[in-house]
Amino acid sequence: MILLSLLCMFPLVHVLAVSFSSNAASSAGLVTLWPIGFNFKSYEFVMQNAEFLRSLGVSVQRVLLGSLIQMLLIVITAYPLSMEASRFRFRTAYAWYFLVTILFGGGLIPTYMVIKDLGMLDTLWALIVPSSVPVFSVVLLLNFYRGLPRELEEAAFIDGASLLRTLFSIILPLSLPAIATLLLFSMVGHWNAWFDGLLYMNRPENYPLQSYLQTLIINNDFKATTAEELQMLKSISNRSVKAAQIFLGALPILLVYPFLQKYFMKGIVLGSVKE
Amino acid sequence: MLKKSWKRELPLHLLLLPAAAIVFIFNYIPMAGILMAFERYIPTKGIWGSKWVGFDNFSYIFSLPDTYTVLWNTLFIACMKIVVGQVTPIAVALLLNEMRSALIKRGVQTLIYLPHFLSWTILGGIMIDILSPSSGIVNQMLTAIGGKPIFFLGDNNWFPFTIVISNEWKEFGFSTIVYLAALTGISPALYEAAVMDGAGRWRQTWHITLPGMRPVIILLVTLSLGQVLNAGFEQIFVLYSPQVYESGDIIDTMVYRMGMLSAQYGPATAIGLMKSFVSLILISVAYFLAYRLANYRIF
Repeated sequence: MILLSLLCMFPLVHVLAVSFSSNAASSAGLVTLWPIGFNFKSYEFVMQNAEFLRSLGVSVQRVLLGSLIQMLLIVITAYPLSMEASRFRFRTAYAWYFLVTILFGGGLIPTYMVIKDLGMLDTLWALIVPSSVPVFSVVLLLNFYRGLPRELEEAAFIDGASLLRTLFSIILPLSLPAIATLLLFSMVGHWNAWFDGLLYMNRPENYPLQSYLQTLIINNDFKATTAEELQMLKSISNRSVKAAQIFLGALPILLVYPFLQKYFMKGIVLGSVKE
Repeated sequence: MLKKSWKRELPLHLLLLPAAAIVFIFNYIPMAGILMAFERYIPTKGIWGSKWVGFDNFSYIFSLPDTYTVLWNTLFIACMKIVVGQVTPIAVALLLNEMRSALIKRGVQTLIYLPHFLSWTILGGIMIDILSPSSGIVNQMLTAIGGKPIFFLGDNNWFPFTIVISNEWKEFGFSTIVYLAALTGISPALYEAAVMDGAGRWRQTWHITLPGMRPVIILLVTLSLGQVLNAGFEQIFVLYSPQVYESGDIIDTMVYRMGMLSAQYGPATAIGLMKSFVSLILISVAYFLAYRLANYRIF
C-alpha cells in the first residue's frame, strides 16, 4: 500500500529532481529521484521570463474573480432551489431548467460561436462567465441546505429578517464545510483550466498559465526571445526548464492541498452520499 | 391569494435570475446552434443566412472511413477506462480498509488523491517526459533490465493502454473516497458475529464487506454508463499526435480538429450533435437505472 502511494508520487518527484539538476545530468537522463548537480538556474530562467509571468498574472486574476463570481452564483441559486415546492411553486420547473444542461449541450462549436458573437473573445470574461454556474455544485449545496433544520429559517423570518439576510447571516455560516469544499473545487478548476484559454484567446499574451504551459511543454515550440535569454539557455537544459515550469504550474495546488484536504473529504461525503 | 404568493415568491425569482440568464445564454442558445449540422454554414452569413442542406453533413460524415475508426477508438478507450476505473478503486479501498495504522492510512490517502487535483497540462508534461523513448526514465529502466525502449505515446499498439493507465494514475485515489465512505457505513457488529462464527479475513471480506459495498458499486457502475462516449478529451488532446490518430483519435478530438482547425463547421457540428444525442439517451437510461437499482436521486 505504501509502495503504491510511492509509485503514485514517483513521476512528480522525478520531474522535481530534473528541474533542480544540472544541464549535463538532465539532458543525459542520469537523474532519477535526487537532483544531480543541484542548482536553481532553471527557476531563475523561468522567473525572468516575461511570458511566464504575464500568463501567471492572467491565471491569478482568473482564479480570484472567477471563483468569487462562481461562489456567489452557487449560493444564491441553490437557496431557492432548496425550498419545498409548497414554499416556492416554481422550484421544480427551475430545477429542470438547470438540470437539462447536464444532460444536453450544444457542443463545442455552437458554444464557441455564441462567445464569439458576444465579443468576448480575447477577454477574461470568456474564461469566467460561461462556466460560472456549475450545476453539480449547485446540487451539492442545495442538498446541504436541505439538511439544515428548517426551524432556524422560520425563526429568522418571524423575527423579521429578510430573505437575503436569512441566507447570508443564518444559512451561509452553517454551510461553511460545504462552501469550503466548493470553493476549493472552484479555485482548482479555474487554475487548472487550459482548453478554454486555448480556444477563446487568439493572442498568446492573454493565455492563462496552464494554456501557456500547454503550448510550451506539449507543443514543444520553445523559443528564446532575446539574445540574453539565449545565452542563459545555453547553460541550462531545455528539459530542466520544462520540468521547472511544470512544477511551478502545480505548486499552488501542492501548497493549498494539505490544508483543504480535511474539508473536501467531509464536504464530498456530506453532499454526495445520502442516507 | 394568487397575488399574495407572487409577491412572496418574487425575491426567489430574482435570486435565480442571474444564474438562469447565464445558463440561457451559454447553454440554451448554443443548443440552437446545432442547426448548423443541417446547413452549409458560412460564418459571414450566419445561421439564418446559410443554405439548408438537410442530412448532407451526416451522409458526408459516414462516407469518411475515419469516422468508424474514431467511433471504435472512443468506445474502446471509454469502456476500458470504465472497467479499470471501477475495479482499481474498489481494490484500493478494500486494502486501505485493512490498514491498522490510522496515520499511514491517512498519509497514503493524501498521496493518492493528489494527482486528481493537477491539470492534464501538468500531468501530460510529466507523462511526456518520463515516457520519452530516448531520455524518459521509464524506458531507461526498461533497457536496464534488458528490454527494448517502447514509444508509449507514438505507437498505435501502446497508445490506448498508456491513456487508460495514466488516467487511472490521476483518478484512482479520488475514486476510492466514495467506496471508503461506503465501507465505514458497514456495521462492526456484522464483523464481530463473523469472527464468532470463525470467519477469517478473506471470508469476512467476501461475505460482509463486498455485499456491504454492493449498493454503491451498482450505483457507480450504472452512472458510468452515461460516459461511454466520453473517452476524455483533455487527456487525449494533450498526449496524442498525428502518428497515433489511428488508435487515439476520439469523437471530441475529431470535432475539434474539423471545426476549429479546418473550419468544417457543418460536419463537425453534425458529429457533435450525434454524440450529444446518443449521450443524452445513455445518461437518461443510466439515471433511470440508478434510480431503480440503487434508489439514487440527484436531489
